[in-house]
Amino acid sequence: MANAIVEIQDLSFGYKGRLLHKGINMTFPKGKVVAIMGGSGSGKTTLLRLIGGQLKPTKGQVQVGGEVVHQQDREGIYRLRRKMGMLFQHGALFTDLSVFENVAFPMREHTNLPESMIRDLVLLKLNAVGLRGAHALMPTELSGGMARRVALARAIALDPSIIMYDEPFAGLDPISMAVICDLIRSLNDALGATSIIVTHDVEETFQFADYVYFVADGVVAAEGTPDDLRNSELPFVHQFVHGEKDGPVPFHYAAPEYHASLLRGAR
Amino acid sequence: MVLHKLKRLFSKLGAGCINKVWRLGAGGRLFWLTLISSGESFRRFRLTIREVYFTGVLSLIIILVSAFFVGMVLALQGYHTLQKYGSSEAIGVLVALALVRELGPVVTALLFAGRAGTAITAEIGLMKATEQLSAMEMMAVSPIARVIAPRFWAGVIAMPVLATLFSMVGILGGYLVAVPLIGVDAGAFWSQMQANVDWEFDILNGVFKSVVFGVACTMIALFEGYDAPPTAEGVSRATTRTVVTSSLAVLGLDFILTSFMIAV
Repeated sequence: MANAIVEIQDLSFGYKGRLLHKGINMTFPKGKVVAIMGGSGSGKTTLLRLIGGQLKPTKGQVQVGGEVVHQQDREGIYRLRRKMGMLFQHGALFTDLSVFENVAFPMREHTNLPESMIRDLVLLKLNAVGLRGAHALMPTELSGGMARRVALARAIALDPSIIMYDEPFAGLDPISMAVICDLIRSLNDALGATSIIVTHDVEETFQFADYVYFVADGVVAAEGTPDDLRNSELPFVHQFVHGEKDGPVPFHYAAPEYHASLLRGAR
Repeated sequence: MVLHKLKRLFSKLGAGCINKVWRLGAGGRLFWLTLISSGESFRRFRLTIREVYFTGVLSLIIILVSAFFVGMVLALQGYHTLQKYGSSEAIGVLVALALVRELGPVVTALLFAGRAGTAITAEIGLMKATEQLSAMEMMAVSPIARVIAPRFWAGVIAMPVLATLFSMVGILGGYLVAVPLIGVDAGAFWSQMQANVDWEFDILNGVFKSVVFGVACTMIALFEGYDAPPTAEGVSRATTRTVVTSSLAVLGLDFILTSFMIAV
């Protein structure tokens, strides 16, 4: 795609000879909110780490802004990461720094802005996530949803062109979830950024995502707009979207035949 | 059957050895990376000072109280033996030499490993488990330069200061037992100490030891935290390993250093 800012091409990745991804292709166009969905352990978060250059692919490549990530040296990777913001699953706020200092952290590390400007920018970012009033609190004093919002403010501190979200809805109450949903879309559009969301929350994601990839068994099992996928007849997508307990992903872990096991007394 | 068990025993032994060597290599690598990333901790010395407070100042109470008791016990034990030979005035020298050469650096390092070392391992391990180190990496900030190096230098700075304070307070404890309590002559106590404690051979060697222990204990604590599996269980195991490894390292290094010092 011509305006793709992140492109994953024929990517394979594995640990100790076991492949987690087997030839994945994905495109993340500029300005769009793209979700990567799949069951737990399907390697969704690993994809984010591959985009961020924290892991190296076994085969294939990830391009960010036209540059191949794993071919960069340390400086090159750090240069690319300055264009990225990442929201970790539980926020990953620095517990020894206040909310204000957490958001100021990337600015202090990467810019020489005067203190007054840092202050204004931090309050601006915190205001965008609705937590300007919480700037003096410590991370331990925040609820899960608030921590996630502060982490979001920190992720967008340097106005990144790519924002990655790792399970942004995990463990949130419905109100916090709605707030985060709204923020993801509005911040993406306000910053003109590209958002990549790794999640397994179907309903929330389908409300605001432009495009969705489903990952299963190491490959892209399905892709399309939320409407396409909602109406998909593919058995895996149908099971996932409608949350059915049995289907292509079985309820039972692979085991010997039940009746025979009972009779044999085998475990 | 026996052969099979033997095979399993050897493969377990081999795996254990490989693991230990691997960890030693990984620790050495982290040490090297810490040294080359240390510029940051000196350029922004505030970060290091903050850690000196956490590792050094917060360890003061346990170090000083222990030193006081160690000094008092030394005086009691020393007097008990020395008086048999009619040389109870030498108690000042005995207390001072024991503290400055050995007990100061060694006991401080052991206490440091228990107090500050475990705190460092737990803190770094938790930062890893809660993805704080990953987050830093993703913000293009090196955790080794920002988190590891300042703590390393803080430990290296704090240890000799703590060991010196340990010796001072220990001598004070020894004095209180020997002079006011037992009744040894104060003049003899101090003058014998002054005459027989050598600045270079005793005091500087003791300080040198504590610097080496500072490097070892802090690096072990940092490595254990940095290498810990990112789970609650992983962090708790790493914390235990910090104390065990640091203690053994301190005692082993003490023997090596002492043998060099005495040989020279």
